[in-house]
Amino acid sequence: MSGASITAEPPVREAPPAGRDPGRWRQYGIAAIFLAPAAFFLIVWIIYPAIYTFVQSLFRGSGFGEFAGIDNYKALFTSDNLLTAIKNNAIWVAVVPAAVTAIGLLFAVLTERIRWSVAFKTVVFMPLAVSAFAAGVTWRIMYQQEPDRGAINAAIGSVQGVFSPAGVLSEAAPSSDQLKTTSGGGIQLANPISTGDVAKLGLTRIRSTEVPATAKQAVQPEPLQGGITGVVWRDFKPGGGTPGKVEQEELGLPGVTVEITNAQGDKVASAKSADDGTFAFKDLPEGQYTVGIGASTFAKPFGGVSWLGAKLITPAVIISYIWIWAGFSMVVIAAGLAAIPRETLEAARTDGATEWQVFRRVTVPQLMPVLSVVFITLLINVLKVFDIVIAVAPQSVQDDANVIALAMWRTSFGGVSDFGLGSAIAVFLFILVIPILALNIKRFRTEAA
Amino acid sequence: MTAATAEAQRPVGEEKFSTKLVRFLSKAPIQILLVVVGILWLVPTVGLFLTSLFSPTDINTLGWWEIFSKPSLATLDNYREIWHDQSIRSAFWTTVWISVGGTVLPIIVAALAGYAFAWLEFPGRDWIFIIVIALLVVPLQMALIPMFRLYSDVGIFDTKLSLILFHTGFGLPFAIFLLRNFFIGIPRELLEAARIDGASEFRIFFRLILPLGLPAIASLAIFQFLWTWNDLLVALSLARDTQPLTVAIFSQLRQFGNNLELIAPASFVSLIVPLAVFFAFQRYFVQGLLAGSVK
Repeated sequence: MSGASITAEPPVREAPPAGRDPGRWRQYGIAAIFLAPAAFFLIVWIIYPAIYTFVQSLFRGSGFGEFAGIDNYKALFTSDNLLTAIKNNAIWVAVVPAAVTAIGLLFAVLTERIRWSVAFKTVVFMPLAVSAFAAGVTWRIMYQQEPDRGAINAAIGSVQGVFSPAGVLSEAAPSSDQLKTTSGGGIQLANPISTGDVAKLGLTRIRSTEVPATAKQAVQPEPLQGGITGVVWRDFKPGGGTPGKVEQEELGLPGVTVEITNAQGDKVASAKSADDGTFAFKDLPEGQYTVGIGASTFAKPFGGVSWLGAKLITPAVIISYIWIWAGFSMVVIAAGLAAIPRETLEAARTDGATEWQVFRRVTVPQLMPVLSVVFITLLINVLKVFDIVIAVAPQSVQDDANVIALAMWRTSFGGVSDFGLGSAIAVFLFILVIPILALNIKRFRTEAA
Repeated sequence: MTAATAEAQRPVGEEKFSTKLVRFLSKAPIQILLVVVGILWLVPTVGLFLTSLFSPTDINTLGWWEIFSKPSLATLDNYREIWHDQSIRSAFWTTVWISVGGTVLPIIVAALAGYAFAWLEFPGRDWIFIIVIALLVVPLQMALIPMFRLYSDVGIFDTKLSLILFHTGFGLPFAIFLLRNFFIGIPRELLEAARIDGASEFRIFFRLILPLGLPAIASLAIFQFLWTWNDLLVALSLARDTQPLTVAIFSQLRQFGNNLELIAPASFVSLIVPLAVFFAFQRYFVQGLLAGSVK
């Protein structure tokens, strides 16, 4: 191994005890003056409230009237609402820190070799400066269900539209009881007809915008010897008209695929209707046939994924959260990457390691401290996640999207004002972050030593 | 790459157009991937801005991408409208006041304490400092309920001051941590020279420490400003009519879908100020971030 020299750093001792002169007490006094404002704020705004909250959590409701013991803590694990919050927060903890660290690592490595990495980093980093709340509102606009308003569903819809396009007549329904809707979603004549008959397929509930511009006055075709003729038309005119009858001012529906099935249920033929709505099947063997329009004509357009519904809300919020934090992870890891001595990488390459091996065996192990910092930072933040959930999740699904910090706020300030239970939730949150506190102190002490 | 190194490499890299091409092609998939990712990352913010440009009649029915095909629909009317909207305008100034106060006050307090922890002698100094760092992880949820009570008792509930004081308290542990670590890197000789010259500790603090600590103070100021500007939880819990922008927007969210002409531009305003700060002081921002997390 080249270039790995061990330098024994002399332990740096801080400010040696400054003389035991009579000015010592004066110096303490000065220090006290410098520290007093900070002490005031830390005691009044952090230490006193922390003790207060702990005590409050042992009492029922608001105030210290009714001692509750650990009842509030029991409620944490018995109330459905709070259990959902804990469960959701567990999902957050399991998914987000790992995902954000991995994405950050990927971006950091990929940007290392491109020239415009600064531009890329700036773009990805930007959301971090913005409030999680405003970012949440931004995503809420993206997540709207109607594909003509919500960008994400619009994107999904346009991809899906290629593979399973919406039907020409998505809303149409039979105009009279001569027709019936099939179980598959198509529409067909209620009774089979014979060759030489005329099939009248009258449809209603068609918006005028859905009628193709080429449509002409509907025409009832002449019967055809040895075949079946028919018409598909919009069985509606201003004033209503008589259902089941082709009348003046009623338009034919062009381009509709009509299918014909024989008595055995086999599809025999299909034809497209003309501008006046007529169609014809020639040269059919004598017999009974069912005429109808296939389901694909009536296929509903893509209605949009319900991102903000009860089922998908947590994944939806998590995606927007990752959008915010990926930049943090990337920048911190990139700084770590830059600090890895080039020689170790070069040495590995000269020894014949592939790029992947170098990454896996040299880069990642050297990055471990940085990766764990990113991971832990995310862990703390995810435990306390609040703003983005309340911004993205509509009030109606906040029970489903609930997390611990949101439950704390809703219990204490969001209408209920159960300060006892709210305090218990806060203390629970605090207990969850204590292990991280211990870690922080350890890190500080190893640095100071 | 500097001009000098480019110059030095030219004789070597003069050759082959083909090698350059190969190098370019081998990187092309990565470049394309990163371009796509970059665009995806921009979409939500750009989408919010474009949404805010629709008139109230279009905004609740059209998707923002429609503006590319119908640019004539874009208008700044919504911004004019919210500027005349009394509640949004006062929310904006409330946010400005809280953010400025919530930045200046904790920095002054933390600088004093940071100096004491770095350069003054007193018993138990390191232990007290460890306690301060330990306070870093107390979630602010622990203080909401007691402060709600205390503020009511003292009579400052629902004031800008009460929010500024809260942000000061919870901003201090990180601020003290960051400034103490920066101050301790100031060369001892400078301080000792000043002390020998008979300068008082206060004089040293104002004339030496503060100017030298400016880079760290700048980083800290940016963080604290963004933190207070972006706050929702504290203001939502501890104030009723003193609404910063985030709370004002939040109270509109209940009717989401019918009032985008208000939500979208107001959100964009609440987002553009932090972005401007970020772009103006990017360097300090990243430095502060690395100091806060890596070190």
